[in-house]
Parts: sequence; structure tokens; C-alpha cells
Amino acid sequence: MSTAAAKALQPRAAHQRDLLRQMLAIRRFEDTCAELYSAGEIRGFVHLYIGEEAVAVGVSAALTADDSIVSTYRDHGHALARGLPLDSVMAEMYGKTTGCSRGRGGSMHLFDVSRRFYGGNAIVGGGLPLAVGIALADKLRGDSRVTACFFGDGAVAEGEFHECMNLAALWDLPVLFCCENNLYAMGTALVRAQAQTDLALRAGSYGMPAWPVDGMDVLAVEHAARSAVGAVRAGGGPHFLELRTYRFRAHSMYDPELYRDKSEVQEWKKRDPVALLAGRLRDSGECTDAEFQAMSDELTAEIDAAIAAARAAPVEPVADLTRFVYHPEPK
Amino acid sequence: MTGTEVTGTEVTSTEMVKTTYREAMRDAIREALQRDDRVFLMGEDVGRYGGCFAVSLGLLAEFGPERIRDTPLSESAFVGAGIGAALAGMRPIVEIMTVNFSLLALDQIMNNAATLLHMSGGQCNVPLVIRMTTGAGRQVAAQHSHSLEGWYAHIPGIRVLAPATLADARGMLWTALQDPDPVLIFEHGSLYNMPGTLPADAGAVDIRSAAVRRAGTDVSLITYGGTLGTTCAAADALAGDGIDAEVVDLRSLRPLDDETISGSVARTHRAVVVDEGWRTGSLAAEVCARLMEQAFWDLDAPAERVCGAEVPMPYPRHLEEAALPRAEAIVAAARRAVGGGLT
Ligand SMILES: Cc1ncc(C[n+]2csc(CCOP(=O)(O)OP(=O)(O)O)c2C)c(N)n1
Ligand SMILES: [Mg+2]
Repeated sequence: MSTAAAKALQPRAAHQRDLLRQMLAIRRFEDTCAELYSAGEIRGFVHLYIGEEAVAVGVSAALTADDSIVSTYRDHGHALARGLPLDSVMAEMYGKTTGCSRGRGGSMHLFDVSRRFYGGNAIVGGGLPLAVGIALADKLRGDSRVTACFFGDGAVAEGEFHECMNLAALWDLPVLFCCENNLYAMGTALVRAQAQTDLALRAGSYGMPAWPVDGMDVLAVEHAARSAVGAVRAGGGPHFLELRTYRFRAHSMYDPELYRDKSEVQEWKKRDPVALLAGRLRDSGECTDAEFQAMSDELTAEIDAAIAAARAAPVEPVADLTRFVYHPEPK
Repeated sequence: MTGTEVTGTEVTSTEMVKTTYREAMRDAIREALQRDDRVFLMGEDVGRYGGCFAVSLGLLAEFGPERIRDTPLSESAFVGAGIGAALAGMRPIVEIMTVNFSLLALDQIMNNAATLLHMSGGQCNVPLVIRMTTGAGRQVAAQHSHSLEGWYAHIPGIRVLAPATLADARGMLWTALQDPDPVLIFEHGSLYNMPGTLPADAGAVDIRSAAVRRAGTDVSLITYGGTLGTTCAAADALAGDGIDAEVVDLRSLRPLDDETISGSVARTHRAVVVDEGWRTGSLAAEVCARLMEQAFWDLDAPAERVCGAEVPMPYPRHLEEAALPRAEAIVAAARRAVGGGLT
């Protein structure tokens, strides 16, 4: 948002408009990615976060720049909410050297260690042990950082999830486990994959505070995340949020969606997190339709510029194929 | 006797039908489910979703959720459960989405499936089939693209198969299910859409022998799975230069069919081994070592290897292509072998 507008608004309203802008940025970015994918400009596996934006934006709002984040293959939202420059994320989608992972990772592997963003991990559950270890390092050094670890409902079935819950609780580590329960792991509905579908209850059995949150309402997410992060930072050990959300699009770009009813998707779309907050701010007069449109146009221009920059950016030379296998690089 | 002959000249009277690698694999699973009620398929998204590569699409409607069994994301648990069910008399087919995810089940495969028979003094054999996708080529980067079948071929106690043709996609599964020991089947992700024809009554093939896919006299190009097509293209290119290459498809990566491999090199006196896996400690290394042991005096030139570059797979297309065995590299290696050889 423009600084003039920010000054004119109450801090609370300015903050909420900022949350809206962040969610809208993710939405526009990903709508564009879907088009670019269809056009063949970006490739590989691309998992869209559309419908789940309130989770990344709400949790990130509760973190400081010094906290750490571990993400999944569905990582565009986490990365943008963390403040990775849109340009660098777009360039990564194009596999260019200006990408946040120098183009080596692509959509599923966004990294930016300067922002303590420890990456998109594409092995389900694979990020949890990393988050536990980052938090262990912080604890050993006496730092007051929190590590937020995102993962899906599907990951809760993996052994690594349970091993990590136990380890984090046993060692009292400063981790915020953020379970994005969107009711499906690819085509497998939660009820057909989990004997106990109350995921917060299961996390609670490891002796850590855990509760469900309306993941479509960014303000509810932020509120829950603030209290959890505060408690973790104060030495309260790991906390677990079950963020109840829904993915509006296919699991990845190839998915005939045989496993769910269109009507179910329509029902959830009524609680679209972007529309929900936009509606509230419209009703309170804090973001008019015209202002929303201006915000949207601004984002479109930013994304267009990012695409132009990504297209023009260089690729890594083939001679550098085996770089980044060891560090420091052997000569 | 080679696997190809089953669908080659021996079968003359049956009608040929159009199919794909994916459909051939699906037909093989369907046939197994129909013929043996101990057989069931289990894995992530094999049912409602239809399989992450659509191999099992439609089978849930045909056989129901008991036999087309969706599992949670729990590779170690459901692979281990497959081992247990096999011990207890069933004939499970376990599908793992990709070889990278199979690492979460490596403990069960190695420490149980491959080991139980020996440590029980011969009591506990494990008649289990595990299928999984392997390989690169789809720009899915460093956690979804690898070719680790060579690692599995290191393990005594299991058989490792790599169907590269429609006939093998159709025929290896049934034979594998008859085997008293665990069999791993590696399906290269780039093959699923491969079209072609098979006899309407195509069925079981042997899973012990390598196959000569193209006869030649000047150099043996030895490969398997996803690189068979690239290797055949290289053989075509070599033919244009007057070099007559023989192409050997290993088919079984463990055990290796030494006789067919050495037999080919005894005719051509030169070998190029093509393997998408990383070069160091690769299956190609094993094949070369065996040639040294078994065909040293037949060789007129050092055996060559064309392998995957030693890098976790990068995302950009041009780097992925550069990391994989390419026809030009195979051609160059074959020319070196032929040109550098004794005459
Ligand atoms: C260990 C492992 N097994 C399987 C897969 C394939 N896979 C990728 S995402 C996914 C579903 C994960 O669901 P969930 O954890 O709920 O996250 P969501 O995609 O819903 O965000 C599967 C099965 C994988 N990447 N890693
Ligand atoms: Mg999910």
C-alpha cells in the first residue's frame, strides 16, 4: 500500500489492509503461474496454495524477521508472506539464475536463507526434522527465535511427524508446528487416511499445547499464531496449530479431481479468505472497492514486471552443471 | 530365450492391439487380480485418485477398496505391511509413488524383505512385489528425479526388474508374483505414455534374462529401463556412420544375466554401458566390472560408461538434459570404443 494511505489509516486498519494485500499478492501470483504453466513457460510440479493464503499470511504476521520458517512443496504462499521478493520467486519458477534458489530448485524448492526461509521440502514430512534441528540450535545458543514449520494433514500419517512431535516436546524446543489441514492429501481424504481425524488432539498427546484454528480467516490465524509464538518464545516449548483450510485448485497441475465433489469446492469458496477480509474491510469502510481495485492493479503491474525480468534473466551455463554439490566448491 | 521372443516371432496367430506402457501395466495388474485372489494392490492414491501416474485408474471400480487399497502417507508402514501380508500367505503388489519416496521404506525393504529368509534359516520367504516409478525427464528437480534402482540391485535377497518395453510392462508382473522372493519393479516415468501394439493374449515373460533388442557386430550398447530408447536412437545414428551397434536390454538388474551380456561382447568386442544413475558405484560400474572379470580377453577397447551427472537433479530443462545420458554422448563413446580399438 502507498505510504500516504498507510498514514491516513488507523494502525489496525493499515495492518489489515496489509494482510489483504499479501493474500491478494499470493492469489494473483499463483493465478499467473497457472497461466504460465499452461503456456509452457514454467514446468515441473507446481502446487498452488489458492484458498489457503490466510494461513501463510496470518502465521507470518506473528513472526519476526529473526524467526525461521520451514516449508513444503506448496511453498509460494509461505515464501511471499515471508517477504521473499516477488521477482526472485518468479525467476525461480523460470529456472533462472536470479531466482531465490538460482533456478536450481523451481516451484517446490524456494529458499532464502537471508530471510531464514529454509526451503520448500518436497518429501512429505521431510521438513519437520529440519525445523526441530533449527530450533535445537537456537535453544543451545540461547537465542529467542521461534521456528515455524508448515506441513499438510497428509504428513501427520508419516513416521517422521510422530518422531518430531516427540523430540520437540521431549527437548522443549521452540517450534511452532503449523499443520495446514486442507482435508486432502492429494486424492486421499482425511477421513480415509487418519484413524483419528482430530489432528490437534493427536499433537496434544505428545504433551504440547495444540488447538484448531479457522484457517480461512486471516485474523483468526494471526491471533492464534501470536499467542502460540509468544508462548513458544517465552520458553513454553513446542506448540501446534491445526489450521483448517481448503485447497481450491487441483493438487498439482495434473489432477482430474476424481476424489471430491465440485459442490464441496463451491461450498468452501464461499469462505474464500481473500474475499472474507476484503468484504470486512469494505463494510467497515477501510478498503473501498476502488481501493481494492487499485491494490489489485498495483500487484498485476508488479507481477508483469517480475515476468518480464524473469524472461530476460540468464540461465546458468551448462558448464556449471555440477556446482553446489559440495561447499566450498572443490576446484 | 529372451523376454521379447514371447511377443516376437513365436506368437503369430493372435490379433495385435494398440496399447501404451501405462495400459500394459494396468492390464498386468488387472490380470493378476483376476487370476489370484491373494493378490491385492496397495499404495498412496492408487484408488480414488487412480494412481499418481494413472496406472491403476479404474481398478477401484472393478475390484473394490479391499483389493485396491489406498494407504495414508506412511511408506514404511505400508511397505512393511506388504511384507507381513506376504509372510502370511497373501501376494501383495505394493506401489510406491517414486523411488525417492521409497527411501522412507528402505529400512523395511532392506532389513526385512531382503533379510527375513536368511535370518530365519529359510523359514520366512517374502513373495512380495513392489512397483515404483524411477527416473528424470520431467523437470521435477532434486527430490523427485533419481534413478536409485542400482542401489537396490546391491541388495542380496531381492530381485530388481526394469521393464523397458510394452511386452515387459505387460508380462513381468505375473512372473514376479510367482517368485517366492521379493521383487522390485522400476517403471521409468518417461515410459508411461509410450504407445505401441501387443498381441491380444500377451502375458507372462521371463524375468531372468537380458534381451538383445537390436543385433549388431561392432559394439554392444548395454542399458535398461528409461535409457533403452535413447540407446536405440544412438544405435540408429551409429548405423548412419557405418557402425553396427548391438543393443542389450538388461531387464533384470539383479541378478544380472552374465551370459547374455558377455555373449554380446564376445561378438562385438566393445562395450558401452548406459545408465541414468549416478556414475560412481552405479549399476554401470557393476556391469563393467563383470566384463573385466568375464570378458576381458574379448574386449578390443576399454568398456565405456555413459551415466547420469553426479548432481542432485537441477530444475531447469537445459541442466536436466545435460545431467542425463544423451544419444550424442552414447554415439561419442561408441565411436571412441570402435575407433580406439585394436583391429
Ligand atoms: C514421502 C512422500 N510420499 C509421497 C509424496 C507424494 N505427494 C506429494 S504431496 C502429497 C500429498 C500431501 O498431502 P498433505 O500433506 O495433506 O499436503 P497438501 O498437499 O494437502 O498441502 C503426496 C502424496 C511425497 N512428496 N513424499
Ligand atoms: Mg492436505
